[in-house]
Amino acid sequence: MTPHSTTPLPTPLHLAVALDGAGWHPAAWRSEDATPDRLFTARYWADLVQEAERGLLDFVTFEDGLSLQSSRLLEADHRLDQVRGQLDAVLTAANVAPLTSHIGLVPTTVTTHTEPFHVAIGIGSLDHISRGRAGWRPRVSVRPDEAANFGRRVIAPVDVHDPSGVIGELFGEAADAVEVVRRLWDSWEDDAEIRDVATGRFIDRDKLHYIDFQGEWFSVKGPSITPRSPQGQPLVTSLAHDTLPYEFAARASDVVYVTPHDRDGAADIVARVRAAEDRVGRTGAPLKIFADLVTFLGEDAADRKARLDDLDGAELDSDARIFTGAPDRLADLLLDWGQAGLDGYRLRPGVLPHDLTAITRGLVPALQARGAFRGAYDETSLRTRLGLPHPSNRYAAATA
Amino acid sequence: MTDPGTKQIHLAAHFPGVNNTTVWSDPRSGSQIDFDSFRHLAQTAERGRFDFFFLAEGLRLREMKGRIHDLDVVGRPESLTVLSALAAVTSHLGLAATVNSTFNEPYEVARRLASLDHLSGGRAAWNVVTSFDAFTGENFRRGGFLAEADRYTRAAEFLQTARELWDTWAADAVAADAASGAFVREGGITPFRHQGQHFDISGRFNTPRPPQGHPVIIQAGDSDEGREFAASAADVIFSRHSKLEEGRAFYADVKRRLAAYGRRHEDLKILPAVTYVLGDTDAEAHERAAEIRRAQVSPQTAISFIEGYWGRDLSGYDPDGPLPDIEPDLEEGVSKGRAQFRRDRGAVVAKWRALAAEKNLSIRELVIELAAPQTFIGTPRAVADEIDTFVQTDAADGFIFVPHLTPTGLDDLVDKVVPLLQEKGVFRADYSGPTLRDHLGLAPHA
Repeated sequence: MTPHSTTPLPTPLHLAVALDGAGWHPAAWRSEDATPDRLFTARYWADLVQEAERGLLDFVTFEDGLSLQSSRLLEADHRLDQVRGQLDAVLTAANVAPLTSHIGLVPTTVTTHTEPFHVAIGIGSLDHISRGRAGWRPRVSVRPDEAANFGRRVIAPVDVHDPSGVIGELFGEAADAVEVVRRLWDSWEDDAEIRDVATGRFIDRDKLHYIDFQGEWFSVKGPSITPRSPQGQPLVTSLAHDTLPYEFAARASDVVYVTPHDRDGAADIVARVRAAEDRVGRTGAPLKIFADLVTFLGEDAADRKARLDDLDGAELDSDARIFTGAPDRLADLLLDWGQAGLDGYRLRPGVLPHDLTAITRGLVPALQARGAFRGAYDETSLRTRLGLPHPSNRYAAATA
Repeated sequence: MTDPGTKQIHLAAHFPGVNNTTVWSDPRSGSQIDFDSFRHLAQTAERGRFDFFFLAEGLRLREMKGRIHDLDVVGRPESLTVLSALAAVTSHLGLAATVNSTFNEPYEVARRLASLDHLSGGRAAWNVVTSFDAFTGENFRRGGFLAEADRYTRAAEFLQTARELWDTWAADAVAADAASGAFVREGGITPFRHQGQHFDISGRFNTPRPPQGHPVIIQAGDSDEGREFAASAADVIFSRHSKLEEGRAFYADVKRRLAAYGRRHEDLKILPAVTYVLGDTDAEAHERAAEIRRAQVSPQTAISFIEGYWGRDLSGYDPDGPLPDIEPDLEEGVSKGRAQFRRDRGAVVAKWRALAAEKNLSIRELVIELAAPQTFIGTPRAVADEIDTFVQTDAADGFIFVPHLTPTGLDDLVDKVVPLLQEKGVFRADYSGPTLRDHLGLAPHA
């Protein structure tokens, strides 16, 4: 199929980039143009996000966790030949916010250990600072050694495919955490601050609301200490590979990241996500479905990846499809898969900044040439960019 | 040249808080939540070569008579998130966050502070506070489980644990040596295991050692235990003793305690929180100061204030009329989310009645009269001299200024007083190093 025979999508696709360390290849930091000695500096992250903004991307996500990274899903690996150490994602996003003006900023937090109250005020504050560009990616932690860093609970070794056990509990708790965060974001009505000198009142306290959440795992009284943010509800996003996390996304998220390996797989996953929405009785806007791909771009992409595989001692393994090739070919693939019902993509650059620059300077022009990507930012919030309305306030509705 | 015996002054700026010091009714008063307000105050402080910018914290909105208190500023952002954003628009200013040790866990707080220290290039500070109230605890999973007596043991163990975590990464742990393939050098990260009364944790910390070694530690406790904790573990004390004589007594008492911990006099800086009002003449400054105190006590604030002591609803009383004739209810408290009243409220009320009768004061006039005058009132020259005298006579090492206006409340201090202190040779004309420890004259934490 030639690019220009592809029917243009009715709506342009959305494009996000996932930032993590030196890139998504474990040996990315050993690439020639990598700057591994700068990973823990503000300048490194600002450079990346400013480059993403030059490419007019919808948003960037920031990975995070509460244990040392590992090549194994459930335990520490004690390897020192891969990037180890991370800066707090919410703080990294906040640091970049004043240096950018349009791009969305979506940090990760761990619902299993972090208090939802702290998340609500952190992401709410990021939304204030960025003037409506904040999102959030909640994730669960299944690692027993991560729980030991906190000493508050013991997490038994889990079977990630068994939704009846620990995994089910962790996702249930995560759904409660998101519910608490969303209620706290609504706990101030938009016009609660009145500064009425005549009555001496700074706020109209009838427009502040206790959330009175009581769940199986915790209870939270509210209201938030932070006034409602510009977007009202910052964008909630989550990564999902199976029925349980699809249902979590259908309950909790605005955007779900999925990992199809081809167009048919994408169509199958879209159907499963829509079925999950039906099962949980989702109301409001349907989930925006973004496919994740690990990308190595350029004529030499396959060779670069092979060299990194050699350095790491293993072929790159990923939950997501790994793409190597020219930006034009990736553009074609994205448009092709888009016909399966995807709304957009979250690309995981194999090497930073190399494969990010290839996206912003190679892939984006290729998509623009196909009429499938914006030529400039509009002046709106992250939610608006994704076609989501300014959310009404659940408590305002109740008192109206 | 400056006399070598002359002390250098340290200055910090406090973002206007959620109490009635902050005058929101002034037409010049800007947003308490918009980032531009934080940016303006922080950049003003940096223009004045201040040591650091300070944010307070409160994790539950205050209540009076069972309802959210609506007369003062309400609402603020998450401290570390805002400070991290300010790190991007300042280059030298220290960034101090108040973070509660009751409603957090050491692993997470340690990495958030380490992250701020990395993102700011060594400018992070942590004001360690501990609360024990179940009221705030209702916003958290753990609830208000902490007995009051355990406050300092938890705070001390929390801080100790955070220090253990920061120490698990060697300063040169990140080798990033592509040739050898060592991202982290062998032995660069040591596993931790902490078993104590409050925390039993083990594993590996996931953030490299902060540029300052450890962020600067601030402590605000005033009790005997609080002073001892500060002498043992803090780099800065945020004190309440802003009068010359009591300031000297506090200063001597705390500095005396340092030796027991093998610490030197200069290892702990004592910075009282202070307010100020400038005028072209002394009389003008005092007139403005009185106006501000009046603006700080609205009619409704006056009634609310005395309700806190009467323990009763007094909303039917005229703020411009005499004090209530009914007796206080000494059993009931009406205020939540602030430090509890510990004094004998009955005796306080009796004293106020005598004062109001003697000076013929209305409720509002009495409350204004009771408010302590601003710490420094006068011409820029007089205020600069007074600041210097406080520091040179060991009542303080410097001050944390609490402006009454957002966001312009520090402008005249920086424009008019700081240059005079610089002229005297008692305050830096420029930063001598990039980190907050450099500004405070503290060694990097080894």
